[in-house]
Amino acid sequence: MTTDIGLWGVPLAILGGAIRVSTPFIFVSVGEALTERSGRVNLGLEGTLVFGAMSGYAVAYQTNSAWIGLLAAAFFGMLFGLFHGYICKLPKVNDIALGIALMIFGSGLAFFFGKPYIQPVAPHLPAISLGWWSDVPQVQAALRVNVLFIAGIALAIAASWMLKNTKVGLTIRVAGDSADAARALGIDVNRVRLWSTAAGGALAGIGGAYLSLYYPGSWNEGISSGQGLMAVALVIFARWSPINCAYASLLFGGAGALGPALQSVGVTQGYYLFYAAPYVLTLGLLIATSSTTRAMTAAPGELSITK
Amino acid sequence: MTKIWTPNRRQFLKSTAGVAGLAAASSILPGGIARAAGLTVGFIYVGPKDDYGYNQSHAEGAAVVKKIPGVKVVEEERVPETVDVQKTMESMINFDGATLLFPTSFGYFDPHILALAPKYKDVRFEHCGGLWTEKNPKNVGSYFGYIGMGQYLNGIAAGHATKSKKIGFVAAKPIPQVLLNINSFLLGARAVDPTITCQVIFTGEWSLAVKEAEATNALADQGVDVITCHVDGPKVVMETGAGRGMYLCGYHANQSKLAPEKYLTGAEWNWGKVYTDMVNATLKGETIPNFVRGGLSEGFIKMSPLGPAVSEAARKQFESTQATILKGGFSVIKGPLKDNKGNVVAKDGEAFAETDVKLESMNYLVEGVVGSTS
Repeated sequence: MTTDIGLWGVPLAILGGAIRVSTPFIFVSVGEALTERSGRVNLGLEGTLVFGAMSGYAVAYQTNSAWIGLLAAAFFGMLFGLFHGYICKLPKVNDIALGIALMIFGSGLAFFFGKPYIQPVAPHLPAISLGWWSDVPQVQAALRVNVLFIAGIALAIAASWMLKNTKVGLTIRVAGDSADAARALGIDVNRVRLWSTAAGGALAGIGGAYLSLYYPGSWNEGISSGQGLMAVALVIFARWSPINCAYASLLFGGAGALGPALQSVGVTQGYYLFYAAPYVLTLGLLIATSSTTRAMTAAPGELSITK
Repeated sequence: MTKIWTPNRRQFLKSTAGVAGLAAASSILPGGIARAAGLTVGFIYVGPKDDYGYNQSHAEGAAVVKKIPGVKVVEEERVPETVDVQKTMESMINFDGATLLFPTSFGYFDPHILALAPKYKDVRFEHCGGLWTEKNPKNVGSYFGYIGMGQYLNGIAAGHATKSKKIGFVAAKPIPQVLLNINSFLLGARAVDPTITCQVIFTGEWSLAVKEAEATNALADQGVDVITCHVDGPKVVMETGAGRGMYLCGYHANQSKLAPEKYLTGAEWNWGKVYTDMVNATLKGETIPNFVRGGLSEGFIKMSPLGPAVSEAARKQFESTQATILKGGFSVIKGPLKDNKGNVVAKDGEAFAETDVKLESMNYLVEGVVGSTS
């Protein structure tokens, strides 16, 4: 049934891991990139992600349809985003502090409502087998790609194109780079940011639904190990470009698969160190790509972390 | 300028005196509030109590206790192994009148239970898994079950089911109880076929859903076709394993509902019996021994009913081994046995029975286990 693939298991696991683990990172970071390009930081996406995971699972179980669950997760994620965007509109509200509050609030609310859904088994989102050309079962397993992964990559490309080439993109960028210039152009800055944050929230909700409805595919209170928070950090790493966000997520997912994969082929010493691989890699790349002259050039000028 | 409420010394003394007074009142009154309404028992869990795992096994035990007449049960879940558990215990004692507490997570013992026990001498603290010694307070007890025997029986079912001769184990942390489970699982399988190896992956934490799924996938990629685990909630490992076509051996609780066709058997806790015995002893006014241990024969653990994938030969060996274990004196770790680094852990003729306290400080993986403790 299975073929002995020995050490080939490691690159294969990294590939499979990149595909399986990266999807929530892609959705959350692309969403956050949109939000931050409009000049606002939403740190609460971890809470949105957890709530999306819970609501997606609960609705999928109740309606017996993973797709309706996914829609529900996006909807609740959008509500969280709208809430953040609306409160931040009020004078003298700090978006970072509010984000932290929302992060804790979202998780707590999800745990509260999610209690009855820990045991039931909800339907999963479908996957597409891209490994038909291989007769090695491990390759087929690694290349079972969820539709959301493909959607995530497409989304990253579309968002990049949108920011660069469309009027909506320009509006978002202006609002993010200079609120004064935007106002001079007659753009309602707060409205742009409100909807950018809402979009980011909806995407984070979808990222959460991926966790509970596909991989690992069940709801419990430990479902997120900080993916939402890490994805927000990836946005800075990716220099606010959605397409780079997708690359960064893939890298992060692949590196995360290194620890289990190495143990499975018998490299068992020091696994705690391998588990730190994604973070070491991120740190290394940040140092390698940093520069004293053009360090934060890509950062939107209105962001409260750069001001 | 800003008014942040900071308690001055007088207010602080007043409020602490109030708390101390409350505590004193409940200890002066015979049995406090509790005796009036029978016995109040408190259960504290580290995770959600319906996680298909460790916490669920304890909550099922608590549900049995609830049925005993005259006993009131209070529960709190998701209590971290920090000073939070002390607050929970104190509120159960002072407000619910609990006089028998079961804080079930390993990390509650030291320093939290040990800190509170001298303060509440009328309360009995029963902790799961800790090593009680003579130096500890007398109103503290420790109980645990020899679930390694269950993993040995899991191993027998796995040994018959595996075709690739590779079985897998997703483990949280390399602590003695986990290592004993891994070793027992392999030795059970080797009782069927001595060429079987067991691949172990440590995830580093008790509950890490994505990493557990990744570990299961990595094992499947290496041709492992039977899997078990020792993490808080086995649901993710079981579902992912079944998705990759692996046979499953359960742990903590019965997970057969998750994949009935693939589920062979499982090592389950049977806390209902343990808790009933302890609560009944307390109701009769007897003292529970400070150090309680038990295995299959004492009813501390049980096996899930064998699944449809278990062959006739497997069933026979499983049942005869179970009967031998039930007679008592069975040793999983017996010589000649080496660890997977080549050191001798049991000399020829040497055997460690399940009751041997030395097993509770195990720090090696036996020959045939692919993995490392650090």
